[in-house]
Amino acid sequence: MSEFLQHLVNMLVLGGTYALLGIGLTLIFGIMNVVNFTHGVLYTFGAYIMFIVVQQLGLNFFLALPVAVLAGWLLGAAIELTLLRPLRGSDIDTTMLVMIGAWIAMQSGALWIWGGVAKSVTTPFPEAPLVLGPVSVSWLRLFVLAAAALLILVTYLLINRTSLGRAMRATFQDHDTAALMGVNVDMIYTSTFAIGSSLAAAAGALLGPVYVIFPQMGDLAAVKAFAIVILGGLGNITGAVIGGFILALAEELGAGYVSSGYRDAMGFLIIIAVLIFKPTGLFARAERVG
Amino acid sequence: MTRALGLVRTIALTTALVGGAAGAQTIKIGVNEPLTGAFAASGTYVVNGAKIAADEINAKGGVLGKKIELVIEDNKSNPTEAAAVAEKLITSDKVPVLMGAWGSSLTLAVMPKLMEYETPMVVETSSSGKITTTGNPFIFRISPPSAVEAAAFKVIVDKLALKKVDFLVINNDWGRGTAEDFSKMMKEKGIAIGLVETMDQGAQDMSAQLSKIKSSDSETVIVTTAVDQLTLIFKQAAALGLKKRIITTGGSQNPDQIIAQAGAAANGTMHLTTFLPWFPDKTPNPEATNYFITEWKKRGFEFAGCTESFRGYDGIRTVAAAIEKAGKAEPAAIKAAFWDINIKGLNGDIVFRKSGPEGKESGQSQPNVYLIEINDGKVGMKTL
Repeated sequence: MSEFLQHLVNMLVLGGTYALLGIGLTLIFGIMNVVNFTHGVLYTFGAYIMFIVVQQLGLNFFLALPVAVLAGWLLGAAIELTLLRPLRGSDIDTTMLVMIGAWIAMQSGALWIWGGVAKSVTTPFPEAPLVLGPVSVSWLRLFVLAAAALLILVTYLLINRTSLGRAMRATFQDHDTAALMGVNVDMIYTSTFAIGSSLAAAAGALLGPVYVIFPQMGDLAAVKAFAIVILGGLGNITGAVIGGFILALAEELGAGYVSSGYRDAMGFLIIIAVLIFKPTGLFARAERVG
Repeated sequence: MTRALGLVRTIALTTALVGGAAGAQTIKIGVNEPLTGAFAASGTYVVNGAKIAADEINAKGGVLGKKIELVIEDNKSNPTEAAAVAEKLITSDKVPVLMGAWGSSLTLAVMPKLMEYETPMVVETSSSGKITTTGNPFIFRISPPSAVEAAAFKVIVDKLALKKVDFLVINNDWGRGTAEDFSKMMKEKGIAIGLVETMDQGAQDMSAQLSKIKSSDSETVIVTTAVDQLTLIFKQAAALGLKKRIITTGGSQNPDQIIAQAGAAANGTMHLTTFLPWFPDKTPNPEATNYFITEWKKRGFEFAGCTESFRGYDGIRTVAAAIEKAGKAEPAAIKAAFWDINIKGLNGDIVFRKSGPEGKESGQSQPNVYLIEINDGKVGMKTL
């Protein structure tokens, strides 16, 4: 029983960051119809910003987090303006190839700047964990969970309670009609990509100190983000949050009770099942086609 | 314009030809190591050790009157890439001999290419038994196979009073091979084997596996993986309140890096290593060890990397000795010469003995294995 409780706690902590990763990707796909292959690199980018600010500049850990989010936002806006805006209206395959190119170029850039050897970030949290009966969890991970929850809440409010969010949702539903109603669609696209990118950078900034930081760290994260988006339904934010926790639960219980060798396979087995039985995602509502 | 282009082309061609001729003045040695991906830290250390050996040899006049030149390629910690890199080194760079490929799965992927192109390779790190038992006569290994590690450990298990042991190993030929060889040895000693948990080489979160191990009734965990994953395991085990004795194997632990990154979580852990840079005078070859460590520090590398980099140093010295003995830089002659060399490695004499099926034996030298313990953030010899 205590083992099960420990797995549940691990799942909560892991799920929070998975959700954060999934939201950014699903937002961009839902609104812009762009498969963002740079998502993993932006995650890596956020982690390296933490490394630069905390380890190299010697500044405060808590100050570094908003810096990483802002840097992710700026890089995302730059990618949108230079790569995606000129391709507006091209088919999804073309943008996909360009994004794959950007992914490889940026990952190689990280390798060139920082080298292949992993870096770690020191945190202000105590090494001794918080022990609650049979369960124990590190303070750093609790902080990561809280920060992820806060970011998810902020994103939710931004999309559902602000005029920018309303314009984003309108563009998501029908981009032509939104444009006719006076929504500046170009601005919406840039904002959406920047917000999605800053969420990826935030996830990297939070998880970088938990693990280690290296140029390819984003690859596995991106694969998981895609899995979460498929689970939750493309463009569905609530779905991405729940999908993140489902994936974390599947991994924890799969590794704990089935076989740790197949830990990363568990999530993908679920996805195969979802694609066969409910291809629009677990939480899709009926929608108008065409 | 066309003529200008033609001129450029001529110059380029001439440069290439002259360059090629200049290249023949050196003897090339292919180095196939993971410089990116999961084993980047370890592979980079090995390459830096290899460079020290090359510079030392060249400063003394090189081999057969020529300088040696390392052609270093990154196998990206990926077996497919490791095989491709070996092919590139042999066919395009025309190296007569290789050193590589750090991980067992990487080395195993390269081995068919060695057969195909009949080019020998010194294996400096890999520990899977399969490498020297499957009948590949182009393999010459200077690192201990996991069975040798297990045998060295066998002498001390009684004194450690092990009763029941869990394993947490990297999910590849290295980790699974270690779990197999150590389980076999321990069962002979009457020690019970509990869980055998695995982790993907790129995995960063081992909490699920560690939670399971925390709830088991064993008192010791044997962990096998490279240093980056090890530091994560120590941190995550501490966060989960896992209080079992941890013993690591494989010789890629870099204990100083563990102390630096895992802090107090490293205290009380034991490690089977294949080099003693902390106690150069206790190594089989103190003079060479001191030279190597001084040179390593002089180049500004982290001391932690010594336990890994000495293999690159010994590997290149082994290759150079074979080329010297062969009298020419050709694959077949070098392969034959490996059987006749006897050099003083930093971890014992490097002399190859036959291993594997008759008629196509691989070479295996017999390096030493040591058990060290970390206490109060310091490395100590575990004397029993």
